[in-house]
Amino acid sequence: MNAPSLLLDGLPVPFSDGQTIMEAATVAGIFIPHLCHHPEFKPQGSCKLCTVKANGRYVSACTMPAKDGMEVENNSPDLNDKRRTLLQMLFVEGNHFCPSCEKSGNCLLQALAYELEMLTPHFTQFYPDRPVDASHPEVLLDFNRCILCELCVRASRDVDRKNVFALSGRGIGKHLIVNAESGRLADTGFSLADKAAHVCPVGVILEKRQGFLQPIGCRRYDLQPIGMQVGRPPATGSSEQGS
Amino acid sequence: MDRDPRWLPEMVVTDECFDATGVAELLQPIVDRHRREPERLLQILLEAQGVLGYLPRTALTAIADAVELPRARVEGVAGFYSFLHLQPVGRYRILFSDNVTDRMLGSVELMDRLCNRLWIERGKVSEDGLVSVDTTSCTGMCDQGPALLVNGQPLTRISAERIDRISELARAQVPMTDWPREWFVVADNVRRRDVLLASGWSAGDAMRAAVARGRERLLDEMKRSNLRGRGGAGFTTHTKWESARRAPCRDPQGSRYVVCNADEGEPGTFKDRVLLASHADLVFDGMSVAAFAIGAEKGLLYLRGEYAWLLPALNGNLMRRRQNGLLGVAVCGQSDWKFDIDIHLGAGAYVCGEETALLESLEGRRGVPRIRPPYPAQQGYRDQPTVVNNVETLCKAALIALRGGAWFAGLGSKQSTGTKLLSIAGDVESPGVYEYPFGVSINQVLNDCGAGNAQAVQVGGPSGNCLATHEFTRRIAFEDVPTAGAFTVFGAHRDMFEVARNFAHFFAHESCGFCTPCRVGTTLVANCMDKIANGNGSQYDISEIFRIHRLLHAASHCGLGQTACNPLFDTLNKFRPAYERRLRSLDFAPAFDLDQALSVARQMTGRDDPAAHFSRAAGFQRADP
Ligand SMILES: Cc1cc2nc3c(=O)[nH]c(=O)nc-3n(C[C@H](O)[C@H](O)[C@H](O)COP(=O)(O)O)c2cc1C
Ligand code: SF4
Ligand code: FES
Repeated sequence: MNAPSLLLDGLPVPFSDGQTIMEAATVAGIFIPHLCHHPEFKPQGSCKLCTVKANGRYVSACTMPAKDGMEVENNSPDLNDKRRTLLQMLFVEGNHFCPSCEKSGNCLLQALAYELEMLTPHFTQFYPDRPVDASHPEVLLDFNRCILCELCVRASRDVDRKNVFALSGRGIGKHLIVNAESGRLADTGFSLADKAAHVCPVGVILEKRQGFLQPIGCRRYDLQPIGMQVGRPPATGSSEQGS
Repeated sequence: MDRDPRWLPEMVVTDECFDATGVAELLQPIVDRHRREPERLLQILLEAQGVLGYLPRTALTAIADAVELPRARVEGVAGFYSFLHLQPVGRYRILFSDNVTDRMLGSVELMDRLCNRLWIERGKVSEDGLVSVDTTSCTGMCDQGPALLVNGQPLTRISAERIDRISELARAQVPMTDWPREWFVVADNVRRRDVLLASGWSAGDAMRAAVARGRERLLDEMKRSNLRGRGGAGFTTHTKWESARRAPCRDPQGSRYVVCNADEGEPGTFKDRVLLASHADLVFDGMSVAAFAIGAEKGLLYLRGEYAWLLPALNGNLMRRRQNGLLGVAVCGQSDWKFDIDIHLGAGAYVCGEETALLESLEGRRGVPRIRPPYPAQQGYRDQPTVVNNVETLCKAALIALRGGAWFAGLGSKQSTGTKLLSIAGDVESPGVYEYPFGVSINQVLNDCGAGNAQAVQVGGPSGNCLATHEFTRRIAFEDVPTAGAFTVFGAHRDMFEVARNFAHFFAHESCGFCTPCRVGTTLVANCMDKIANGNGSQYDISEIFRIHRLLHAASHCGLGQTACNPLFDTLNKFRPAYERRLRSLDFAPAFDLDQALSVARQMTGRDDPAAHFSRAAGFQRADP
């Protein structure tokens, strides 16, 4: 029997049983935009950047199991337009000032905005009030840039087994919290050695005293667009070299 | 005021009033009663708040320690539900139901009146910590509004006189048990009875009928009946039961579960409230019949927090059923039938009506919908096969056990068998619950309830359909106009734009925030509607609403986001003039209004003279909208 395969924008893509559309595409070297997906963690399906059309229905590629003969539309004007709008929503929801951000060039959100040609935030900015937490000796938390992907929550829970991070609030008031009565990172069991210290796709969890060691302009996504880096795990920190 | 007297302070309550050891001691009986089970977390938090008034930081730490969960997880749950408070609230906590029907009956003015009387601002606590006043999503009293909740107790038919009395009683700190009893009366207002509401069966009749038929024949009857879910989606009940029955239990010790969805959060819906208040035996019989059919040992009823006042009667009913051999071991005298029912309280979250969010909430977590597949019938409560059914669906299942599937299928239409309860409110003479065979026309219903000059009917609540007069010949049925039960009528004098704006704010308030499109999109459209309401809207904003509608419909994680823009889409298509007469220009107008931005400064300085206004001071004449 032939290995099962799906059709991704007309191209046959083989997959093995239990793989999602995202996993099958990644193996085949095809880029599906994503933010909350990370190959090492349980799929989450919340950012919706990976929305594709499978057999005519909109689904999340990172959570939808691949099926034999499934026809998937990915790189289409309709889907990319929707993804662009989602990016704009994320940009106005938080406070993102790329030119002064330490994560610039290594940031998944910024890289996707370039990739999908997002030229302006389009919507009125929310300018939420999100104080930073500088209490920890090694790590700074700048909540202004949080896109609520829950990667740090998953890493700290499933890998570090520390549950340092969680979400609270609801709706537009949803926000990241840390595991301490004081609400300060310094009062949790967090350490720089944690997996959770190195999974933030944007510039929330930052190692202190590393700022701008590598100049902006020669960082990972400065050198090569994200769409051409399929299969490489996302950047882990500001110090990461471009290839 | 059932708070521990030690915490009844003369001064303002803050987190500093609660020292760690004292709090842990106070909470110990609560966590022990719930066997320190993490799955009981939401119930523990609700009861802890009952004792402490709100949930101070030390309480969350103590509870986390007791149930052995990370503290952040506990805080995350407490921060999710509207009825849980991380900040002090008034000792009289007054919440006005904010459904559009309450507004049509003057709730906004009544709330302003109360705030003025009490000298407080909406959403704030009075300086002495005595009262707080705010709004809450529809409390399911649309046929007897305007309604409000005081410390969880419903007050209906609020009038200006009652508002004045309430402010006096609260100021004088009169215990609520001494408030006039008639204020708390909740009427059933049943206006039309058909096979369900006219039935006079006794507790256990349906269960005995199910036993007499046997499991296989019972399922055959369910299939023959073609009963479809009354909670909105219209899924065939037999198919759901059959797959839960066939799905393997993942944990060999595990059981299958029956869950009754009594969250009834869709604004304008209140028929489940009447079933729970006056036909609870039929509801519990239905749960038991479902359990018999799929082999479940445990039933859970998820009761929305707004209906917490029904809890004592429902628990009393369960006690009676245990005494009469209708729950427990050897149910109905069948030595191999073991089944019991537990009631879980919600805490103010519409999304928890979505069946997988409901399961999360039942397990003591944030009410965030799960990824599907797997569906609850395969992996539901505790990952075990679970049937989730609406209150009314389960009542219908009980009737089918009693009278057979063919009888049921003979009612209604071919694709929509049986009857449907409608919750009728708005501009009608006789609001209340009406039971009709499926297939009844909108016109017929409007005639029966005395809706003289309707210009629109919202069928199925904000997430349903808004019908205009030319559609009143359509019929209530899954194949025509489906509905979870709400039927809200708007007379010709109503402003359909304001109706849609109320709904837009409802969805923004109730979005769980899990997925980007719904979390941000519902707030963006609510802001768009406010911009138009303030006279700053343009054609641009209308196309923005359509664009966001398409995105939410396509990319949202659950039904809430997918349907959140429906009321705007419908009213924009059918009542466009209601929008257009507000538009400032047909092109583009910025949301930012310089003069409006100065209002905070004006309030702080107590000024309102021409020089304190941007446009007037600068000699500009603002364009007349
Ligand atoms: C946002 C949202 C809210 C819902 N609220 C309710 C509710 O309050 N009551 C209900 O029975 N079903 C509700 N549902 C539907 C449930 O997900 C589910 O379909 C239903 O409980 C299944 O029962 P049924 O087959 O008997 O209709 C809701 C669905 C969504 C998406
Ligand atoms: S659609 Fe809305 S309610 Fe549903 S998961 Fe997404 S954010 Fe939550
Ligand atoms: S990557 Fe699939 S939803 Fe975020």
